[in-house]
Amino acid sequence: MSKKILEIKDLKRDFIMGSETVHALRGISFNVNTGEFVTIMGSSGSGKTTLLNILGCLDKPTIGNYFLDGVDVKTLSRDELAMLRNHKIGFVFQSYNLLPRTTALENVELPLLYNKDVSAAERRERAVHALEAVKLADRFDHTPSQLSGGQQQRVAIARALVNEPVMILADEATGNLDSRTSYDIMALMQELNSAQGKTIVFVTHEPDIAAFSSRTIQLRDGQIQKDTQNENKRSAKEMLENLPAVEDY
Amino acid sequence: MSLINLIRIALKALQRNKLRAFLTMLGIIIGVGSVIAMVAIGQGSKQSIHDQLSNMGTNMITVQPASNLNGGVRIAGSSFQTLTIKDITALKAGAQYITEISPAVTSRGQAINGALNWPTTMSGVSTEYLDIRKLTIRDGIAFTQNDILTSAKVCLIGQTVIDNLFPNGENPIGKVIRFGRLPFQVIGVLSPKGFNAFGQDQDDILIAPYTTVQKRILATIYYSNIYASAANDGVTDAAVTEMTQILRESHRLTANEDNDFTVRTQQELIATLSSTSGLLTVLLTVVAGISLVIGGIGIMNIMYVSVTERTKEIGLRMSIGARGKDILMQFLMEAVIISITGGIIGVFIGFLSTQIVTLTLGWPTIISESSVVLSFVVCAVTGIFFGYYPAQKASRLDPIEALRYE
Repeated sequence: MSKKILEIKDLKRDFIMGSETVHALRGISFNVNTGEFVTIMGSSGSGKTTLLNILGCLDKPTIGNYFLDGVDVKTLSRDELAMLRNHKIGFVFQSYNLLPRTTALENVELPLLYNKDVSAAERRERAVHALEAVKLADRFDHTPSQLSGGQQQRVAIARALVNEPVMILADEATGNLDSRTSYDIMALMQELNSAQGKTIVFVTHEPDIAAFSSRTIQLRDGQIQKDTQNENKRSAKEMLENLPAVEDY
Repeated sequence: MSLINLIRIALKALQRNKLRAFLTMLGIIIGVGSVIAMVAIGQGSKQSIHDQLSNMGTNMITVQPASNLNGGVRIAGSSFQTLTIKDITALKAGAQYITEISPAVTSRGQAINGALNWPTTMSGVSTEYLDIRKLTIRDGIAFTQNDILTSAKVCLIGQTVIDNLFPNGENPIGKVIRFGRLPFQVIGVLSPKGFNAFGQDQDDILIAPYTTVQKRILATIYYSNIYASAANDGVTDAAVTEMTQILRESHRLTANEDNDFTVRTQQELIATLSSTSGLLTVLLTVVAGISLVIGGIGIMNIMYVSVTERTKEIGLRMSIGARGKDILMQFLMEAVIISITGGIIGVFIGFLSTQIVTLTLGWPTIISESSVVLSFVVCAVTGIFFGYYPAQKASRLDPIEALRYE
């Protein structure tokens, strides 16, 4: 029995730019259940970023409701939103957003520093555990500048996992990576999704990437154009194995 | 967020940019260091003036004949003769706040030993004078009450006079020298005291029984001064009032007549001289305080730059759950850590430079706890005050915009 993690009802978001009102989202409704791997697709201007901001509790809808894990986001204050982000959402960004000159382990510990229920020892333990989960057990002391793009993104994923969120929210997480590394990251995402049952919402504009998810929501002009279950989901791991071997890799 | 986490976050952020953090601190370091050094030098000079003055005598009170009107003409106090044995007797009988009292008569003249001579002053005093003026005898003995009764021709000799009359290092004790035409036997040698705060040589002196000077040299019944010691620091003022009262009675002055004498204390002198050096301390402290403010502005400046430069980091922190308050506290904490660390280093530098001043220039210095505590508090306040606006700016950033900031 899967539970609704996201519940979006007739969501609208308007921006006032000078004298004009821009309707970024014009009424969107969909639900996401636990354990789903959803990609949200759309060209630029489709409202993808606005939706992402709202899903990430960084922004609030103008009209309509958004329930995250049963909590009505619209009623929360700025500080309560921050707390909600801390407890329930793991962000993965296109540009990794790791703190420079800070070790991988400390980067991963970061969200737990804002959670006062976690002790120093537990924080360290959970960060180590998260880094192991993304297969970076041997890179604890490396700073971002000593890591490759793929490794940096893995650290970022570990950081997203460390607070045990109900949802991982990825924003073009493979946008800065070559295809081999992208597959690598997607393989990791798929593993987290299938083996650990993590709910993943992945925003992207690459149809290639969307093929790895179980469901795709297509946005166009602030509305849902298509919402399809992906019957023949591709395995990123297999794709990776089938890539021609590169000698100096 | 707990305080420990807050400090941890702030420290890590500062660690990422050690050189900049240090350079930001520099203003505070120099500010605090100079406050401490300046105040130490100021206090030191104040204390040394105080010491020199109290070295001139123990809670000393002096009575001098005052200037007075004589048929409409003001007469200088020193040429006025009002103090006599009667006053001493009255004071000894009536004053309870003074412990020791001595009359003094002085005569300038030539001290002669064989072919050598030296112009000096002979003070005729009682046996208590040595205590009042904190004079000690290095060698030999003091004269006695009996010497005073017999107007004995004995004297104590100061180091400067010895240097000039006995240049070859002979022991002056037992030798007979002449003061003017009168022979005196040297019975004791005074310990050197050096120059006083006014630049007078306190060792250029001969001390003899006051009766000897009065009867055998000056042929007068008047004293030029009366010296007394108050029982302790606290009763000096009471002693002055009391002595004035007794002397007015003894001089039979009516209520509307001015005093024909003045009573002065050591404290008045100390206060006058201290106020000068106190003013200096204030000026130095103000200059140092200004440098602290400039240090604070330095912090504000760097924190502003830092907030702009780390906009993306702020966005990230907010997206992973930092509240505006957390961001505010982080940047405030960074500013406070900078200022307090700067303060600690500044205190250390202040101590060090104070020691260097004392060792190389020989200036007396006193590091007062209050200046250390004060500059430390000012540091923390500076950090909070100048760190607040940049921190507030950071905390009010919109996470969405901050994340997309390039």
